[in-house]
Amino acid sequence: MADKPKRITDLGSPDYNKFLPPVIAKNYGKWKYHEYINKGVMKHVSETGDELYTVRIATPRLVSTDYIREMCDFSEKYSGGYLRWTTRHNVEFFPAKEQVDGLVADLKKAGHLVGGIGYGISNVVHTQGWIHCHTPATDASGVVKAVMDELHEYFTTKTLPARVRIALACCLNMCGAVHCSDIAILGIHRLPPKVNEATLANQCEIPTTIASCPTGAISPNPATKSVKIKSERCMYCGNCYTMCPSLPIADGTGDGISIYVGGKVSNARGPARMSKLVIPFLPNNPPRWPETVKAVKHLVEVYAQNAKKHERMGEWIERIGWERFFKLTGIPFTYQHIDDFTFARDTFRMTPTFKWE
Amino acid sequence: MSKDVKTPMLDDLEKGAWPSFVKEIKKAAKRSNTAHDLLGILERSYRDKVTHWKHGGIVGVLGYGGGVIGRYCDLPEEFPGVAHFHTVRINPPSGFFYTSKAMKELCDIWDKYGSGLTNLHGSTGDMVWLGTQTDKLEPIFAEITAKGWDLGGSGSCLRTPSSCVGMARCEFSNIDTMSICHTMTQKFQDELHRPAFPYKFKIKVSGCANDCTAAVARADMSIIGTWKDNIRIDQAEVKNLAKSMNIQEEVVDMCPTKCMSFDGSTLKINDKDCNRCMHCINRMPKALRPGKEKGATIMLGGKAPIVTGALMSWVLVPFMKLEAPYDNLEALIRKLWEWWDDHGKNRERIGELVDRMGMRSMLEATGLPPVPQMVKAPRTNPYVFWAPGEVK
Repeated sequence: MADKPKRITDLGSPDYNKFLPPVIAKNYGKWKYHEYINKGVMKHVSETGDELYTVRIATPRLVSTDYIREMCDFSEKYSGGYLRWTTRHNVEFFPAKEQVDGLVADLKKAGHLVGGIGYGISNVVHTQGWIHCHTPATDASGVVKAVMDELHEYFTTKTLPARVRIALACCLNMCGAVHCSDIAILGIHRLPPKVNEATLANQCEIPTTIASCPTGAISPNPATKSVKIKSERCMYCGNCYTMCPSLPIADGTGDGISIYVGGKVSNARGPARMSKLVIPFLPNNPPRWPETVKAVKHLVEVYAQNAKKHERMGEWIERIGWERFFKLTGIPFTYQHIDDFTFARDTFRMTPTFKWE
Repeated sequence: MSKDVKTPMLDDLEKGAWPSFVKEIKKAAKRSNTAHDLLGILERSYRDKVTHWKHGGIVGVLGYGGGVIGRYCDLPEEFPGVAHFHTVRINPPSGFFYTSKAMKELCDIWDKYGSGLTNLHGSTGDMVWLGTQTDKLEPIFAEITAKGWDLGGSGSCLRTPSSCVGMARCEFSNIDTMSICHTMTQKFQDELHRPAFPYKFKIKVSGCANDCTAAVARADMSIIGTWKDNIRIDQAEVKNLAKSMNIQEEVVDMCPTKCMSFDGSTLKINDKDCNRCMHCINRMPKALRPGKEKGATIMLGGKAPIVTGALMSWVLVPFMKLEAPYDNLEALIRKLWEWWDDHGKNRERIGELVDRMGMRSMLEATGLPPVPQMVKAPRTNPYVFWAPGEVK
C-alpha cells in the first residue's frame, strides 16, 4: 500500500494564464478597440500600441482527435502554439500580421471555412441528438450540417443586416437553451408517452413520476402498480420520461422539428428576448431534413430582404408586426401559434391597434 | 466491433461545404471500435427516426457524484462497441484558450481510453469526451489529474461555470470575466463535484450587455459587466468615423433611450439617461468606450423550459463591484444556495422557486433590499401580502 500514488481530486479548472498567447498576457485588460478586416479576420489594438490578429474558422462541434491535432499543427505553424475555441464552436488562431494571409490560405487549402465574424451567420450552437442522447426528438449534428451546407456563404462571404444566431436543441430540455436565438430549431414530440406496465413498478418511483408532470396528466394505476396518462392533458415535454424510463415518448412519426424566431441575448438597442413559434412542425426526414433546410433558408432570405441595417430578426419583426411577418413569409398561422401554458396571457394582444397585414 | 454496416444516409452528410461530423466519426473509426459502432447505430437512428440510447446508469469516479454521464445503447449485441458509450466532461480553462501541447496531451489520453471523439465544447462549456466504458473511467481520471485537469459538473450540482473572452481580448469587458469564472470554479469545487442541490445551478459571466455567453438565457446566475459613470468619447475619432458611416442614422437614431445627439462634428451623450445597452459602443469601438467605474449587474433565474417554461434571468443586484478574490460574490451565491436548499423541491431550479415562493422570501434570506431596478414595473394586482409585524 505504501507505494500507492496519492489520488488527486478537486483540481478544478486549470489556470487560464498558462494558455494565453504572450501578446494577450501582456495586454490583458488594456485593449482599446477592434476592427473587422473581413469575415474571417479581426484586429484588436491595445493601449500599448500592440496589435492582435484573430483568424476564425468553423468546426463541426463533434470532432475527432485527428481534427484537434490538425488545429494544433496550424497553431504551431502560425500562432505560436496557441489557439482558442469560441462559445459558438469556432476555432481561433492568433497569427502575427505578416502571417495572416498565409494562415488563411493554408486553412482554406485544407478545406476549412474561414469566417463567422460580423454580420452574417456564425456557427450553430447545438445539442447531441441521436449521437449520444436518450431523450431527443430529432438529430442535432445532421440537421445542422444540412442547414449550414445551404447557408455556409453567410459564414464565409455574404453579409446580412445584422447577426443571425441559429441554434438547435433536439428536445424541450434544451441543453442548448436555444430559446433566445434569432432562429431556434427545436425537436419536439407530438404523442404522449407509452406506459410500459411490465417494467414501470421496478424501474420508477411512482410519486416522483406523478410529480414530474407539469400539467398533472399522470395519475396512479394501482391495479397494475403503474400509472395512467390523461392524453388530452399531455403537452409532450418528456419530463416524465426523464424521471421514469418506462414512459418512452420518442416516436418515429410523432417526432420532428419546430422553428422559433426573433430571440436574442444581446441587449443592444433593446433587451434580450425569447424566440417565438413560427413553424409548429416539420417532419424528421434524414439525412438532409429538406423541409427544415428550406424553411430556415426562407426565413433568412425574407429577413435579409426586409430588415434595416443593424436590425436583428426579432427587432425587424417587432417593427413590422407579427401580422405582417406571417404575410411576408407566407407561413400559415394556426391554433398551435397561440400560447396556452403558464405565460400565455402575456402574449395576447390587448389593443385594437394592429396592422392589416 | 460490429461487422461493417452500410451507412448510406450518413455518407451523404460527408458531402457539402460545411464541416462534416460524419467525416470526423469516420476518422476516429479507423482506430476505435467505439467510433466504428457509433456509425452503425447512428445510421440505424437515421433509418428508424428515433434514438437508440437508453437512460443512463450511475457511473463515475470515486469520491465524485458527477462529471461522467452513463450511456448504454439498446442494441448491444449488434453494436458491442457502443454497449457502453459514457461521456466524460472535462473542465476547460476559462475563456477556452489552449496550448497545442496541452491539447495534444489530452488527445493522447482520450485516444488511449475512448472513442477519440469529442465536442468542443458542450453546451455548458465542458470539453465533452464521447464514448468510453465503465472500466476506463478511473484510468482516465488518474491520467487527466496527473496533467492538471479535472472533471466538470453533471447532475444536481454547480455546473462548470463559463465566461466570455473578457479582458483577454475584448475592450468592452467591464469585469475580468475569466478570472471571476476561474475563481468561482475553484471556490466551489465541492459543490461542483458532489451534487447536493435540488437541481442544477449554472453560472455564466459576460463582460458587457452584449452577453456573448448567453448568460441571461442559459444561467441561473448571470453576471453581466456594466459601468456607472460616463461613456468615454474620443471626439477626434467621432469625426473620423463620420466620414465612413452615418452616425445619425446608425447610432443616434437607434439609441433606445434617445440620450444622444450629433451635430455633424460632436457627439453628445446624456449619460444620466443612458441604459448602457452597448449599441453605440458596438458601432463605434474606436470612438466610444465604457466608463471607468466598472462592475457587474447580477441577475438570477435563467433556465430552459423544463418544467414550468423557460425563464430569463432578472436583476437581483443592479451594481456590484467585482474585484479579486470576489468574496462579495461568493457570499451572495452561498446565501442563495442556502435559501434554495431550505425550500427547493426536487428538480426545482432557483428561478422556479422564486416563482413559487415570491421574491420577498429570497430577498429576506439574502439580505438584499427591494429596488426598482428589479422589476419592469410594480405590481398591478391588489393581492398584496403583509408580514405580521408590518401591520401596526
